[in-house]
Amino acid sequence: MKIVVCVKQVGALGDEVEFTDDERDVDPDYLDYALNEWDSYATEEALRLRDEAGDGEVVALTVGDEDAEDAMRRALAMGADRGVRVWSDELAGADPITVARALAEVVRAESPDLVLAGVQSSDAVQAATGAALAELLDLPRVAVVTKLELGSGTAKVHRELEGGLVDVVEVDMPAVLTIQTGINEPRYATLRAIKQAEQKEIDVREPGDLGTPASRVRRMFVPPKGEGAEMLGEDPAAVAQRIKEIVEERMKS
Amino acid sequence: MSVLVVAEHIRGELRPVTLELISAAKSLGGPVAVAVIAKDPSAFTDAVNVEGVDEILTVQVDQDEFENDVYQAVVGQLIADRRPRAVLLGFTVGSMGYGPALAAKHGLGFASDVFAVREENGGLVAERSFYGAKVNGELEFPGHDTVVLLVRPTSWAPAEGAGSASVSAVDAPSVTSRARHQDWVEAQAGDVDITTAEFLLSVGRGIGDKENLEQFEELAESMGATLSSSRPLVDAGWMPNARQVGQSGKTVKPKVYLALGISGAVQHLAGMKTAGTIIAVNNDPEAAIFNVAHYGAVADLFEVAEELEKLY
Repeated sequence: MKIVVCVKQVGALGDEVEFTDDERDVDPDYLDYALNEWDSYATEEALRLRDEAGDGEVVALTVGDEDAEDAMRRALAMGADRGVRVWSDELAGADPITVARALAEVVRAESPDLVLAGVQSSDAVQAATGAALAELLDLPRVAVVTKLELGSGTAKVHRELEGGLVDVVEVDMPAVLTIQTGINEPRYATLRAIKQAEQKEIDVREPGDLGTPASRVRRMFVPPKGEGAEMLGEDPAAVAQRIKEIVEERMKS
Repeated sequence: MSVLVVAEHIRGELRPVTLELISAAKSLGGPVAVAVIAKDPSAFTDAVNVEGVDEILTVQVDQDEFENDVYQAVVGQLIADRRPRAVLLGFTVGSMGYGPALAAKHGLGFASDVFAVREENGGLVAERSFYGAKVNGELEFPGHDTVVLLVRPTSWAPAEGAGSASVSAVDAPSVTSRARHQDWVEAQAGDVDITTAEFLLSVGRGIGDKENLEQFEELAESMGATLSSSRPLVDAGWMPNARQVGQSGKTVKPKVYLALGISGAVQHLAGMKTAGTIIAVNNDPEAAIFNVAHYGAVADLFEVAEELEKLY
C-alpha cells in the first residue's frame, strides 16, 4: 500500500500585518508557520491505512521553499516514510491549480495506490488543490471525507455536506480524497520521532512547465472595518456587567 | 458578459445559493444562463426562472444525487459549447469536488470562496480573503477567456421576481461515474435543538482543555443559555455534533449569540452571522469574529466567565 499525502506549510497572522513591497502578499516576517491542520489529519489517515495494511509506504509531498521543510518534517515525525519537495521561484504565491500541476508530476511518477490531501489550507482556503490534482492524474476523487474504508478495488467514504448530512460514496481506486478535520485523532510526534525525522530523506525536485496561472493576486489589503463591534472595554468585571445588561435587554424583545 | 450559473439542489430542494449566484451573475451584466442538471430538471425550472435569467438549460441525467464526474462532464461540455466569460458555482462541498477539476482540465481561470466580483477594463476581478480572513485579496485572471468562480454563500441577496427565461434542453454527455452515491446518513440528532434556542453561549478553541468545558456548561445553565460550539471542539470529541454551529453544523439565529474564544473562521460565521445580537470575547483583537459581532471585548475569556458566574 503506497500512499502519497500532500501537505502544506501554512502561515498564520498575529495581530499585526505588513505587506510585501508589491502588495501581492503578506510580509513573511508577520507570519507564524505550521503544518496545515487539515493535512495533519490526512497524514494520520495515511499512516493508519499503511499500518493496517501491514506494509507499504507513506510519501509526504509538498510544494514549498526550503523553509517549508519544517512542515514536512512534522509529517515525517508523525511517521511518513520519506518526503518530496517541489519548488521553483515561480511557485511563490501560486494559485491552487498551478500547485496541483507541480504536484501531479511527482504523484504520477510515484504511482501510488491512494492520494490524500487536506480539504483546504488554513491560509488560502481555496479547497481546490486535491480535486485539481485528481483531474490532472485522471483519477476519481471525493472532496471532504470524514470516514474512509478500503474495499477491493474501491473505497467506501463519507462525504460531509453542509449541515452535517453525509453522502456515502463508493469510489474506484486509486483515487484522490480530501480529508476533513475530525476524521481521526492526529498523533503527536514525540521528541524522539522529531529527532529521527531529521534523518529521513527529502527529495527536492523542480517542476516542469506549469502553464498559465489560474489567477494572480493583484493586491492584498486589510479589509475596511464596517460598523464594527462596539467594544466593551478590557476589564473583565466591567465586560461581564455589560454582557449581562445587553443579554437582559435583548432577551426581553 | 455571458455568465453560466450551475443550479445546486439536494434531495429535491433547490439550494438557496443558486439564487445568490444568479444575483452575482446579474451584477456582471449578463446574459445569464442557468444550467439545471437533474433526473427531472423541470422540477427546478420554475424556481430558477427569476428576474434577470435569460436562459435555462435543462440537462437530464440518470440520477438526482450529485456526482463529480457527471457534473464535471456536463458543465465542461456547456463551457466548450458556449464559452461563457464566467462560470459561477457555490463554494459548497459539491463544487469543491469538480470546480477546480474543470479549471485544471480546460486551463480556465479559477478562484474559490469569492465574495465580490466585478469587471474592470474588460477583465474579471474577484475578491476573497486570506490568512484567517484578516486580509483580503483582489485576484485577476490574465490570459483566461473563461473563469470558474466558487462563490461564498450569502454574499449576494437571492434573486427574486418572476422571470421570463427561455428553457432549452441540452443532451448530457455520456459519462461513467467513478465515485457513486450509495446512501445518505442524516446528521446526528442531539439532546437539544440549538437552532430553536433564543440564547446561545458558544465556546471555541479558546477554552483550551476538555476539563474546562464543565465550567461553561454550568455558566450556560446559570445564564439561561444553551451551550453550542465551533467545529474544533466537535472534532476533538469534546462536544456532540448536534451542538456545532457553522456550515458543516447548524445554522442558528438566536436573539443573542455569546461567543467565547471563537476566532470566527468563515465556515463558523456562515452559521451564526444573522443572529440578532452577537457578543464576542476573544484575546486576539484582530479575530474575524469581531467583524460580525455587535459587541466585542478583547479579554481573557476565563476571567470574563468568572465575573459572569458572580453575576448569575
